[in-house]
Amino acid sequence: MDKFFNAVRLDESLCKGCINCIKRCPTEAIRVRNGKAVITKKFCIDCGECIRICPHHAKLAYHDQIEILEQYEYTVALPAPSLYGQFNNLEDVNIILNGLKCLGFDDVYEVSGAAELVSDMSRKYVAEHMEQWPIISSACPSVVRLIRVRFPNLIDYLLPIKAPIDLAASLAREKAMKLTGLPSEKIGIIFISPCPAKVSAVKTPLGIDKSEVDGVLSIKDIYPRLVSCMNAVENREDLEDLTISGKIGISWGGTGGEADGLLTDSYLAADGIENVIRVLEDLEDQKFTKLQFIELNACHGGCVGGVLTVENPFVAKVKLKRLRKYMPVARKHITSAEAFHGFWTEQVEYEPVFKLGEDMIESIAMIAKVEELCQKFPGLDCGSCGAPTCKALAEDVVRGVANENDCIHLFRQYIHKISDEISMLDKTGRIQNPE
Amino acid sequence: MINYITLTYQVSGDDFTRAGEASSDVKSKLKQMGVSPEMVRKVAISMYEGEINMVIHAHGGIIKVTISPHEILMVLEDQGPGIPDVEKAMQAGYSTAPENIRSLGFGAGMGLPNMKKYTDEMDIKTKIGVGTTVTMKVKL
Repeated sequence: MDKFFNAVRLDESLCKGCINCIKRCPTEAIRVRNGKAVITKKFCIDCGECIRICPHHAKLAYHDQIEILEQYEYTVALPAPSLYGQFNNLEDVNIILNGLKCLGFDDVYEVSGAAELVSDMSRKYVAEHMEQWPIISSACPSVVRLIRVRFPNLIDYLLPIKAPIDLAASLAREKAMKLTGLPSEKIGIIFISPCPAKVSAVKTPLGIDKSEVDGVLSIKDIYPRLVSCMNAVENREDLEDLTISGKIGISWGGTGGEADGLLTDSYLAADGIENVIRVLEDLEDQKFTKLQFIELNACHGGCVGGVLTVENPFVAKVKLKRLRKYMPVARKHITSAEAFHGFWTEQVEYEPVFKLGEDMIESIAMIAKVEELCQKFPGLDCGSCGAPTCKALAEDVVRGVANENDCIHLFRQYIHKISDEISMLDKTGRIQNPE
Repeated sequence: MINYITLTYQVSGDDFTRAGEASSDVKSKLKQMGVSPEMVRKVAISMYEGEINMVIHAHGGIIKVTISPHEILMVLEDQGPGIPDVEKAMQAGYSTAPENIRSLGFGAGMGLPNMKKYTDEMDIKTKIGVGTTVTMKVKL
């Protein structure tokens, strides 16, 4: 699998070639070329901002369809905690979990349960690794991808513990194999996801060799069918108790939830990709070194703000709060067998994708050329050339993927110059003698 | 073929929201040049400290950064009040920052010591009432 796989795709037939997505992309990964938005895969961190902003709905997230269940003999649904914030007047998480079974799954394993185990492990890890403070959360795949391409100095600060979904997948598979006696390949572990970044994290994981998740469905896609299933099971007397998590696990669905689970005040929690970048920039300059933990979520509000969710993230957070009110603090605690599954097994490597030249000398010449072009361009950042800023166009020109005259302002000057020259020609096509 | 580039930045005084813009730009350019993360870190930290000092003490100034394959030279020049006792200013924890600056999280007295720590060479030329020029070098 390509190490720069991404889940954000374009429906060319819907793309009008406007500049909304190129301006919004936090890594300047999109250009409009020949009237269509093109993503440079290695720059994309799958944050989904372009999906959010596109007024023509031309940006899509690649994910699996419910038919994937047919590929397996036994399937387990892994609902993200953010799913619980999507429903009105929900009193009992079991209605969702039983609803998922009614939708066609054989079993359910709450990701929030695994999240409590991750909280347990993180608490211990943070306390024992002062030299690594402030430790940066690795649960949001967009953030890990961003750090991998833009913040090499911060890679060592990443929490080397699996995201709840990956731990949940390992534990759910183990449980299903024990229960059914089926071989691993006949069991389908399916994540119900709030975001496309999780799709990429499953296809090309960072920190682990292979994800145990077999498929990813979007919350948005299954929502209508799930709601009818939930209505069908709601009043059942024999509602099965499938819950395995408490407050700490459910809280992972919103900003600050992961950090709260560490039971320390010495943390910072930032959400929204532009805020995340600011925090990482400051961290890189060592502006705050006294904190123990940094929680970062690419989406505003945390996972409830994912582009594959249905509910307004702030409303979803209120619903989560209401739902967890009478829950115990935590219901899952780590055992040594579970901790065995919990740690990263692979190093995250720096990918210098934004590097300009092959070596320093070439890069210096290229930067000098970029500076020169920036002086020449009007500095309007109008996006008409297909690049988000004049500087981005200058870099594209230097990389050899765009032309100076892609700038409509420079092009206009060029046309004026030519038309002046043409007007100087006499009927025979010779340049008139100005005298 | 040119094998160095000089970047010039005007740093405006008393505007904390803009402090760090110059060092942030240098940081992103060094990454584009493929400079090793460790060296980027040294330059980013030392230049940011210097830039902040210019804003706090000297009402801004000019920073010139010359990048070549063997070294990065940073020259920070201001027309501020000058440093009365350089030796004292170099001591860790020594600070003259007023309370309103400290409350912003600045002025812990680690600026100059950190600049020295993260660079290979550092030189301060200062004259009371005329200004200060700090020259720092990071060898690649």
